[in-house]
Amino acid sequence: MKQTIEAKTVGDSNPDAPAGKRIKLSWVGKLGLFIVIFWMVIALIGPYIAPYHEAELIADDSYLPASSQFLIGSDYLGRDILSRILWGTRTTIGISLAATLLAYFTGITLGIAAAARGGWTDMGLSRVNDVFLALPNIMLALIVIAAFGSSIPILIATAGLVYSCGVFRVARALAQEISVESYVTAAKARGEGSWWIITREILPNIMMPLATDFGFRLVFIILFISSLSFLGLGVQPPTADWGSMVRENMQGLSYGSWAAVWPAIAIATLTISLNLVVDDISAQSGGELAKKMI
Amino acid sequence: MGSMIARRIAIGLLTLWVVSVVVFIGTEILPGDVAQIILGQSATPENLAALRAELRLDEPAFVRYFDWLGGMLVGDLGVSKAGGATIASLIQNRLSNTLMMAGIVTLISVPLSVLIGLLAAMHPGTRLDRIVSFGTLSVISVPEFFVATFLVLILAVQLKWLPSIAYLSGTENAWDLIRALALPVFTLAIVISGQMIRMTRASLLNVLATPYIEMAILKGVPRKRIVLRHALRNAIGPIINVIVLNLAYLVSGVVIVETIFAYPGLAKLMIDGVQTRDLALVQACAMIFCTTYVALILLADIAALLFNPRLRHPS
Repeated sequence: MKQTIEAKTVGDSNPDAPAGKRIKLSWVGKLGLFIVIFWMVIALIGPYIAPYHEAELIADDSYLPASSQFLIGSDYLGRDILSRILWGTRTTIGISLAATLLAYFTGITLGIAAAARGGWTDMGLSRVNDVFLALPNIMLALIVIAAFGSSIPILIATAGLVYSCGVFRVARALAQEISVESYVTAAKARGEGSWWIITREILPNIMMPLATDFGFRLVFIILFISSLSFLGLGVQPPTADWGSMVRENMQGLSYGSWAAVWPAIAIATLTISLNLVVDDISAQSGGELAKKMI
Repeated sequence: MGSMIARRIAIGLLTLWVVSVVVFIGTEILPGDVAQIILGQSATPENLAALRAELRLDEPAFVRYFDWLGGMLVGDLGVSKAGGATIASLIQNRLSNTLMMAGIVTLISVPLSVLIGLLAAMHPGTRLDRIVSFGTLSVISVPEFFVATFLVLILAVQLKWLPSIAYLSGTENAWDLIRALALPVFTLAIVISGQMIRMTRASLLNVLATPYIEMAILKGVPRKRIVLRHALRNAIGPIINVIVLNLAYLVSGVVIVETIFAYPGLAKLMIDGVQTRDLALVQACAMIFCTTYVALILLADIAALLFNPRLRHPS
């Protein structure tokens, strides 16, 4: 209740701000939010609560079943799977978040610049963007990795730049839609500079649709990075990462080991939950526009 | 109408040209020397010089680019670094394997997705609809290898119905071929059906929300007839568009699935090329995949134009 009132007062003091609305999650959304927060916490504290180090070889045998030593079994090199999942959370989420932020920074900057400047800047940026959007993401990544090899900075840069194309399109479309609103015309008539207009009129009004888009984009990037790791082209051993853990332990499936299944479940719970939360929020906050443009 | 299609094709060709530049630059402007990268750190100066001459690295990049592009157009894809076989011969078999898999996946998933999407849209809000919605959302939220891992776990390891590796020797009988293909095809079909079902359902529901459908409901037309005769005709354009776009998505799907099941297709060849940094091979495969992708997207665009006259007159 308190939130609603606050939102209303903010809305009153600044008529340009989007209408404040309290978002109420359904029970599915709440469950999703709980799981997402759970993994975020693990990403922060994982390495401190893990029983062993991610690269520590403990047993000589591979694919040991669950025991008091290995709570959910050991992997193909006799490392503790639970510990590797706990360490890997930070790698997987960290790389994906960094790449998403990079994609956002690049996409929003260029998107708003294109919408605000118009003319040749807009034409040039949009055409180049169209070409990159017309290519399968994985192909772009394979070309970059074939050329430069794979390391964490390369992964972040590749995923960030590949996905900035989508952000560019959304940000440009939203900014264009807003820039013809009467309050932007009014600001121009008042003689405000373009920096003022971008930061005070355009940005606040595209924040909410972009926030839901951020969630979707993060899911795509998590899937993208783990797929590359799964192909053996992402995070390199011995660093633990969920995608590469599935790859390393695929052989174990035929011996009845769940070593590959646990990290796969970890990825699925995170991405499905994120999608549920974002779905819930966008259904209530007018994020439909951003959703359609993905 | 004709001129709009011609414009789309021109844009498609332009895109492909830029793609070729990107692919060439991407694998050409490297930190260091291509010859050094191919031969590794232990290469002798003589070997390096020989390879540089062979790759004609002393010539300007744009000359080599046009040579490469010209060769590509007449089917001369260059020579692979591993074993010195021509890339065209390496690709031949692999390409037909990949096309076979993609074809079977299409034949299975397209009719099934449209049918399930229609059923869900005809009974919105029912238990069936909710199960379909949650199921498809889950499928599109997880990586392809997650679906594959679970299918292997259940169908190959627990039930022992299917082999977990789709190795083709070329001499197996029809039954073994089907068994070998079953898991990769099943995985891909599930993965691309998720999005197709959702979009089919959404396009149909969009049409069902229009006034003329409300009119039909009010005058007492049976539900089945409304959906099949009134709504489907207007939804067919977007549905075909979505189907073709998702077939384009198969390009990324096969990369993952062929690797998981060690299927001897083009994507597996490309991934091996990336791992051994066989740049000429990666270039050729990337061009084939990108061309397919751009062509499919172009087809989706044209289909949308054909089925929706309103798109032909952009204001």
